[in-house]
Amino acid sequence: MLKRLFTDFRWGVLPVPGRVLAVIFFLFLFVFPLITDASYPLLIITLACIYAIFAVSWDVLSGYTGLINFGHALFFGIGAYGSALLYKYVGWPPQVTIVIGAIVAAGLGVLLCLPALRLRGPYLSLFTLGLPLLLREVVRAFPEVTGGYIGITGLPRLVGTTIGDYYAVLLVMLVSVLIMWKLTDARSRYVRTGLIFHAIREDEITARAAGINTIRYKMLAFAIGGFFAGIAGGLFGHVLTVVGFGVFAITMSFQVIIFVVFGGIVSIYGPVVGTFILYPLVELLQGTHIEEYRHLIMAGVVILVLLFMPEGLAVRIREKIERQCPRCKLTNVAWRRECRACTASLR
Amino acid sequence: MIVSIIIRTLTRGGVYALLASGMSLIFGVAHIVNLAHTAFFMVAAYGVWFLVRQQGWGVIQSIIVTVLAVTLLGVLVYRFLINRVRHHPQAVLLITIALAMLLQEVMLLRFGSHFQTLPVLIEGSHRIWGTVITNQHLLILGAVAVVMVLMWLLLSKTKLGIAIRATAQDGEIANLMGMSSARVLTITMAIGTALAAVAAVLLPRGYVFHPHIWMSPLTMVLAIVILGGLGSIKGSVVGAFILALAETIVVFRWPQHGYMSLAFALLTMIIILAVRPGGLFGTVFEEERL
Repeated sequence: MLKRLFTDFRWGVLPVPGRVLAVIFFLFLFVFPLITDASYPLLIITLACIYAIFAVSWDVLSGYTGLINFGHALFFGIGAYGSALLYKYVGWPPQVTIVIGAIVAAGLGVLLCLPALRLRGPYLSLFTLGLPLLLREVVRAFPEVTGGYIGITGLPRLVGTTIGDYYAVLLVMLVSVLIMWKLTDARSRYVRTGLIFHAIREDEITARAAGINTIRYKMLAFAIGGFFAGIAGGLFGHVLTVVGFGVFAITMSFQVIIFVVFGGIVSIYGPVVGTFILYPLVELLQGTHIEEYRHLIMAGVVILVLLFMPEGLAVRIREKIERQCPRCKLTNVAWRRECRACTASLR
Repeated sequence: MIVSIIIRTLTRGGVYALLASGMSLIFGVAHIVNLAHTAFFMVAAYGVWFLVRQQGWGVIQSIIVTVLAVTLLGVLVYRFLINRVRHHPQAVLLITIALAMLLQEVMLLRFGSHFQTLPVLIEGSHRIWGTVITNQHLLILGAVAVVMVLMWLLLSKTKLGIAIRATAQDGEIANLMGMSSARVLTITMAIGTALAAVAAVLLPRGYVFHPHIWMSPLTMVLAIVILGGLGSIKGSVVGAFILALAETIVVFRWPQHGYMSLAFALLTMIIILAVRPGGLFGTVFEEERL
């Protein structure tokens, strides 16, 4: 068992620079509390982990299937409020309420996509843009239940200490991203959802002609995206110990899209990279003398990335350092002359 | 009461109709969903306010200068930003939303986040059936009607209008027939942005604006454009007055729940979309139907 793991690592990870970078990155996240145990940097990384789950879930729903959802904050907000309300009125612990909140978000995702399945292109995007705003007004309209402007305060922490919360969120992030990565892997031999999502984005009519029930898979995409966004929302509420109706704001929906597009759409690692670069950057600028320019800088960065590398930063870097063998489709380091397995020329 | 509701519906609806028809025109011809549309509206409001209140210009000159400047800004943005990613709808949505945030931040840095109001063009008021109506409201009604008639004349009677409509139907073929597609699209963008700027300078008295004001009109305008059908100018004018009436009724009937008017408009949009996925006057192409 251990030997097999070692061989996998030796031949599956070490020769592929992208995977080496990913492993180094996660090792760094695991030892980060040893470098500093000040609560502010830890909180930023914790929130970055939460936003990474949120961003990857948007990528699974919108990047892979092409159903561009402009109101992803809906699922995030339902997860946050669902878990907070369950704690407030039933008193269950956060581990239970977060999962239930996420299931509610997923169920609502399936329910809402029923009308959305009739819409295409921009109509779908704009329809979904309206939904979280509508829910925000509902939250404001029943202040006795939802706390109105103040929101729901006094939620319990996940573990109790800052470092405990950090590791809990980091683990949830790792597991969620791994699950979503496996579900959308087009070359997987075990699940075919990845291949089908790609087919729906490329050409839905052909996918239907090939005998795929596209409606069912679109609903599945909404359920997966909604579930993990709901998890992120629930974690968000319990890390900050307060849930306000700001979780339904337009900026919440757009921020996540900006993270994904910056890192690289239709790649699970792109959103993670985008979130871990942009979110700490924005937070670090806070309190410095250029604080008031930070949103300006962020908007400018997005415009420049879209103009000069529309495929995203992480995808661009990966293309630079990796090359696929034309014969056996194995990934190689870009500076090798011949493939490491079949010795086909890479030049 | 009834007269007040009618007047408010007509003035609000007029401003919304100008905004929505510009957005709809740009979508219909260039297939661009320009989410920065209401940001241009916000910039135009600040332009007039800056020239009149801070530079002491006359109202008429500042309106003309502002409308021209904002139109130029729209054309520049189109040529250098939107045009490059025009064939990727997601990239267009993102670049325009980033642009709107950019404009918002620039206005925030330059003018701060205070609430401002525009100077009125003409003072005074009339009494009609016992209700006081300011001349500004009458001016808005007249101006909206004039702009709409001009738009209709432009699109249906002039050569340019024919070129615009031909490009909307099939850009490639229109280009082959000798209408420079790039030029038609630029002109369309200019017209659309100019309509947004005109909507801003016609704002009714007491309409406060601040750098974040593009967001809620954007939601409203999107609801209107979708209600009428993307790309249909007739649809957006009808949709504007329908949603303005809905909004006004909410505001007059439940004044303490005035903030619910936007939610009400969105609800209307969602119901219409659930029944007619292409909006009221929009076209759903046969080949796209599944």
